[in-house]
Amino acid sequence: MVQGEFVCGEAYKDREVAKVFASDLMSDVLTIRDTEGLLLLTGLCNLQSIRTCEMSDIQLMLVVRGKVVTDDMIELAEDNDMVIVRTAFSLYKTAGILYGAGIPAIY
Amino acid sequence: MGPEYLQFINQTIVNMDFTYHVEGGDFTNAGSTSSEVKRMLKKLGVSPDIVKKTVVALYEAEVNIVAHAYRGDINVDLEEDKVRIVLADEGPGIPNIEWAMQKGNSTASQKVREMGFGAGMGLPNIQNNSDELKINSVVGQGTTIEFVNYFNK
Repeated sequence: MVQGEFVCGEAYKDREVAKVFASDLMSDVLTIRDTEGLLLLTGLCNLQSIRTCEMSDIQLMLVVRGKVVTDDMIELAEDNDMVIVRTAFSLYKTAGILYGAGIPAIY
Repeated sequence: MGPEYLQFINQTIVNMDFTYHVEGGDFTNAGSTSSEVKRMLKKLGVSPDIVKKTVVALYEAEVNIVAHAYRGDINVDLEEDKVRIVLADEGPGIPNIEWAMQKGNSTASQKVREMGFGAGMGLPNIQNNSDELKINSVVGQGTTIEFVNYFNK
């Protein structure tokens, strides 16, 4: 759908996406209580975005605009059994595609 | 008997009391203490909801030390029914805690904002994820944040 490629966690590719939250603001991500099946759609691609997922029990992350995911980020993500997918599309376009496919938003 | 030995005693035998050091400006390691504490709480069988709220509060507070202070110590005290976490930093302090507690108020640098923080949500997030919270700050010296989460809530 978003012409993405797996950066890590391909072994968990059957995990179902129940809902999506799109944000570059990690403090906002950290306010979400129910993160079961949540996909984080973000353009923020650094160690803190992975750490935020770790603390929030988010195991699915979709990085937009083809941002580079560094080795230390991948290592941390793998430690937490995360799936990271990267797409070349923009945040706006990717969000539109996922929303159009019927995946619910959380707010 | 050096401090390392004392720490060993504390960590393993006496009262499950751990201390971690955090350096200001060290964004690479920001969150590593929270990560260790998360693993420990999970291992001890604390319920996932309590683990999550504790580490979310701790992570925000840890990022605050990295973002604003020169250095700090994080003390995690595990008791039978609760976890008490004290983060004491050496730093500029918070001139107006009431102002800082309001959502949206922040003095964070551009660098901190680029890391996905600094939107004035950290302290409110800590408050929302803790059962008890105390903040003490002396301008020019530092800030101490203490929060408690009970396991049976």
